[in-house]
Amino acid sequence: MRHLLSIEETPREEIERILEVGRTFLEISRRPIKKVPVLRGKTVVNLFFEPSTRTRSSFEIAAKRLSADVMNFSASVSSVRKGESLKDTVLNLEAMKTDLIVIRHPSPGVARFLTTFCSSSVVNAGDGAHEHPTQALLDALTVLEQKGRLDGLKVVIVGDILHSRVARSDLFLFHKMDSSVVLSGPPTLIPPYFEAWPAEIDYDLDRALEGADVVIMLRLQMERMKGGFLPSLREYRERYQLTKGRLGLTKPDAIVMHPGPINRGIELSHEVADSSRSVILDQVEKGVAVRMAVLSLLLGGEA
Amino acid sequence: MRILLKEGRVVSPANRIDRVMDILIEDGEIKEMGEIQCENCRVYNLERKVVFPGLIDMHVHFREPGREDAESIDSGADAAAKGGFVAVAMMPNTNPPIDDPLRVRFVVEKSRSAKVFIFPVGALTKGRKGQELAELYLMAREGAVAFSDDGSPVENSLVLRRGLEYLLAIDLPYLSHAEDLQLSQEGLVNESPFTARLGLRGRPWVSEAVGVSRDVLLAEFTGAKVHIQHVSSRRALDIIKEAKDRGVKVTCEVTPHHLFLDERVLESFDPNFKMNPPLRTPEDREALLRGVKDGTVDVIATDHAPHSWDDKEVEFDAAPFGVVGLETAVSLVWDRLVHRRVISPKRFAELLSVNPARILGLRGFGIIEKGYPAHITVVDPKKEVTVDRESFASRSRNTPFHGWRLKGAPVLTIVEGEVVHSAI
Repeated sequence: MRHLLSIEETPREEIERILEVGRTFLEISRRPIKKVPVLRGKTVVNLFFEPSTRTRSSFEIAAKRLSADVMNFSASVSSVRKGESLKDTVLNLEAMKTDLIVIRHPSPGVARFLTTFCSSSVVNAGDGAHEHPTQALLDALTVLEQKGRLDGLKVVIVGDILHSRVARSDLFLFHKMDSSVVLSGPPTLIPPYFEAWPAEIDYDLDRALEGADVVIMLRLQMERMKGGFLPSLREYRERYQLTKGRLGLTKPDAIVMHPGPINRGIELSHEVADSSRSVILDQVEKGVAVRMAVLSLLLGGEA
Repeated sequence: MRILLKEGRVVSPANRIDRVMDILIEDGEIKEMGEIQCENCRVYNLERKVVFPGLIDMHVHFREPGREDAESIDSGADAAAKGGFVAVAMMPNTNPPIDDPLRVRFVVEKSRSAKVFIFPVGALTKGRKGQELAELYLMAREGAVAFSDDGSPVENSLVLRRGLEYLLAIDLPYLSHAEDLQLSQEGLVNESPFTARLGLRGRPWVSEAVGVSRDVLLAEFTGAKVHIQHVSSRRALDIIKEAKDRGVKVTCEVTPHHLFLDERVLESFDPNFKMNPPLRTPEDREALLRGVKDGTVDVIATDHAPHSWDDKEVEFDAAPFGVVGLETAVSLVWDRLVHRRVISPKRFAELLSVNPARILGLRGFGIIEKGYPAHITVVDPKKEVTVDRESFASRSRNTPFHGWRLKGAPVLTIVEGEVVHSAI
């Protein structure tokens, strides 16, 4: 493995390997001295063209716990687009002899574009609405820790599927692991042609939740109202908010996940967000572990 | 200088010729056809080669004025000559746009020294803004052969109606880039299950089909000549076929990239596959091929859209739409359609010469006949080529066909009796 660009093109064995290594790294983060010398002398660049606190810090902490040197580069696409091209920006960073570039960018396919001219390893930390592979991996590790398996589960993903890279990566991952995926949300955000995906679509959330093992709630972007995708927040809440009552439709031990940041009172009710069924903070912890796994497998030689 | 084309298979459907013969060219004209001996002629032995009336690409974008670094009128003409074309129709989306008589004259003047004929297409509305009609009659008088707002289709249906009615008195066609821009929502690729996986914003077939429906109905209503450009989807083609069957004066073209590629290549996120209309599904591609075979499609045109390498070698979102086509079209169409017996050489001549000449009303083009100007393209059906963007005469290299191996190539291009390209 040289890059991590998408879950769709990562074979199941690779995914299992990352999760296995991730599990061992969980333990390191729980030690009093949370550092191992795995990547000593390696340089990791976090190249972020979209605001992100959680993913960027998670990658940063992961790299530091492996003893790598980390540099953060944040910029907005508009400021960069006017001057230096993305390619030139990356080539300049690479000239400082970097080993791995973590990139987040609003344009789908950007991580792959980097691999056409970069000699560093590239990790996709979210490319537009395409994929966010480490999010899917941390979701998988969370589920694995909670359920002890990744196959034979019913996973329901709820909300703005159309614009969500998390939905895509999760969908491909759980499908690869032989779990079934149901997508739920308004049809404007799950156009009918999504039926060609390896997932079921159910516009009725109550029905979709029946017998679910895992519920993944997506963040609703407020600008979707202006885009004509939704009439109002109130209507969305009525139909698609995960409430305590709706949670009763799932299996009794079903878990609730969310890639964050959450809109309390919109996609999740307060009780659900703070309930024992919610594993949202757990996901954050697993995020550091899987990112450590990805970095070490990409840079640690024997991967 | 007299030129003798010896023993080529001459295919000129406009006057029902398809047989081996010699052609004598003198003073820019075809002097004689038949079995000819000539003492001090430059002789081209064209045994086992096919001689066509000069090919015409009725849809190209040159970037002069405005972006001469991507393509000037001269460099575009060089690319055309090398690709086997004797004439092109140049779209008005330059900067500034070709929307008044003076700018039409600029293109005409600039073209005088170019290797091939460049027929300017004027904008239908001022500034291609879709609001006020441009000076269509005066532009026609300066040499515009058709009108089009090109990539910015006229959104206001009343403005388009007036424009089409006005054209009745000029008797030139309207070239329609048919698209409902609202439905297109600035999509980057076809909207489909496949591209949704890639997270790329979609431009659905229905935006093209809605645009085509409106323009075809307005053609019927006004009686104007409407030519639908770069048809890319099955349903849009169905609508055109149905209108033609009803007797509406509508014609249409398809591009080589829509005929020979589908959206699945986008997996690479390579901006050289980004164009508008976008590459569609394999089913759409099949429908276009059927249309080429059954006659629904009148013309193959390239939509040659040069962009500098720096502009294209960026993230997919930021890249401009369009690909070059002049230097690959003939080999592609020959290899994929003629060589594989999907269409005959006669149909090839219709699609690339006879019909574009007829639609644009280009006198003296689209026919090989004694007394006519000598516009000729010779194809070597056996010549194998590998598409190499580094060898293009065009100033741009944004081709989706780099590295393709093809059988059949243009080897001789003659414009008004002058050899502008020879690879014999």
